[in-house]
Amino acid sequence: MRDHIQKDQEFQLPVSRSFIAASLLVALMLDWLPWQGVWLVFRPDFVALVVLYWCTHKPYHVGISIAWTVGILADVADASLFGQHALAYSVLAFSGIVLHRRVLMFNLRQQTLQIFPLLLLAYAIYAAVHWQLRGNISWEYFIGSVVTALLWAPLTILLQALRRPRAASDQL
Amino acid sequence: MEQNQPLRFFNRGPSPAVRLIFFALLSLLLLFVDVRYRYLESIRSGLSVLVYPLQRLVTAPSNLWYEVDAFFVSHNSLIRDNAELRNQHALDAAQLLQLEVLKAENQHLRNLLMVQQRADYPMQLAEIMYVERDIFNRKILLDKGTQANVLAGQIVMDDSGIVGQVTRVYPWMSEVTLITDKDHAVPVQVLRNGLRAVVFGSGDTGELALRYMPISSDIQNGDVLVTSGIDGTYPPGLPVAKVIRVERDPAYPFARILCAPIAGVDKQRQLLILSVLLKLPERPEVVVEAATGKPKNGRRGNR
Repeated sequence: MRDHIQKDQEFQLPVSRSFIAASLLVALMLDWLPWQGVWLVFRPDFVALVVLYWCTHKPYHVGISIAWTVGILADVADASLFGQHALAYSVLAFSGIVLHRRVLMFNLRQQTLQIFPLLLLAYAIYAAVHWQLRGNISWEYFIGSVVTALLWAPLTILLQALRRPRAASDQL
Repeated sequence: MEQNQPLRFFNRGPSPAVRLIFFALLSLLLLFVDVRYRYLESIRSGLSVLVYPLQRLVTAPSNLWYEVDAFFVSHNSLIRDNAELRNQHALDAAQLLQLEVLKAENQHLRNLLMVQQRADYPMQLAEIMYVERDIFNRKILLDKGTQANVLAGQIVMDDSGIVGQVTRVYPWMSEVTLITDKDHAVPVQVLRNGLRAVVFGSGDTGELALRYMPISSDIQNGDVLVTSGIDGTYPPGLPVAKVIRVERDPAYPFARILCAPIAGVDKQRQLLILSVLLKLPERPEVVVEAATGKPKNGRRGNR
């Protein structure tokens, strides 16, 4: 019964704008944790993950404009160049919106494989901008995209679980 | 989604592709403006005021962890540290006395020689708030900003040597570029023989490179490099790095010299900001005649 609900009613789960905003804020704050040393190499990009989640699950609520705004905030906090994160997140959001029907067809494990290239693309754009403007590139950076992709399934389960109680209370 | 659908019941605004192109162009424009010009600094510092409380909030748990950790330091280690520090203090005090004498003597001699005085540098303590989470940049954020009279260009050091340079100042924090940042240059002198050089960051923690030194240059393993102060940014005589490897390959015009920073660039939590920017006299202007392209000797002017 439960897995039925999870499969069938996923697209009907209601979502409030404040919940989306809160999830993006929490993701930003997770990214701002003081990552250092080895952890910095393995640091997943939570913001990219949450943006991608909302773009695939609620493509009409969260679009490229929100992704871009969040990217600008990330740029300020990181002291990276203005527009570097914003460009990467815009492309990520676009690919998520275009492919959202395809991605949601699969189960979680297959979804991970589907979204990995999208994340890799976003990471590659960030690195390419850096390479063009600053002239160096560090390959460890791409390890982060693998870790981020692995976190897709836990994050999806978590966000679905957070969205579900409201749906259940509606039915009763 | 698709453009070729005949009916569109709901008006969703422009299609994703159009939006993507718009925002991508906007990002590229911002990137271009940010790299070429400095117009965006005020926007950046405005947004950073917005972001600052959140950043403080996020770093609060780790700060709390450090405080709790410090609270539970055992009695024994405190006693041991105390004894060690007392010894060190006694030694340092004796050396400081000598230093005072030497300083007075040096000042006197400099007076006699009519050389510009070396100043003492007032410094303030700042704490690392936030380490750059961008793997490409070696930067840290300190918790003092324009409110504490920090200026861009000031030098940041720890108790053993130079750590970096303040490159951007926000109201309550400042951004420090570490000397290990890629292509960050520090003019130095070899302490042993006074040889001048420039040491560059390699983008790797714990490694600096001494570039453009001829193969015959007199540099050995273990040489200490101190700032030369010639650039007018770094005050002279502060330790920067130690030479750890010298490769002299006659196939290349320059020797390959690697150094390790003396300061704990990645280790400390508290750092010192030197509060004085050096004021060197203006460099006499050289009239460059780029239009003709011919170098004319003897026509340097300070009109």
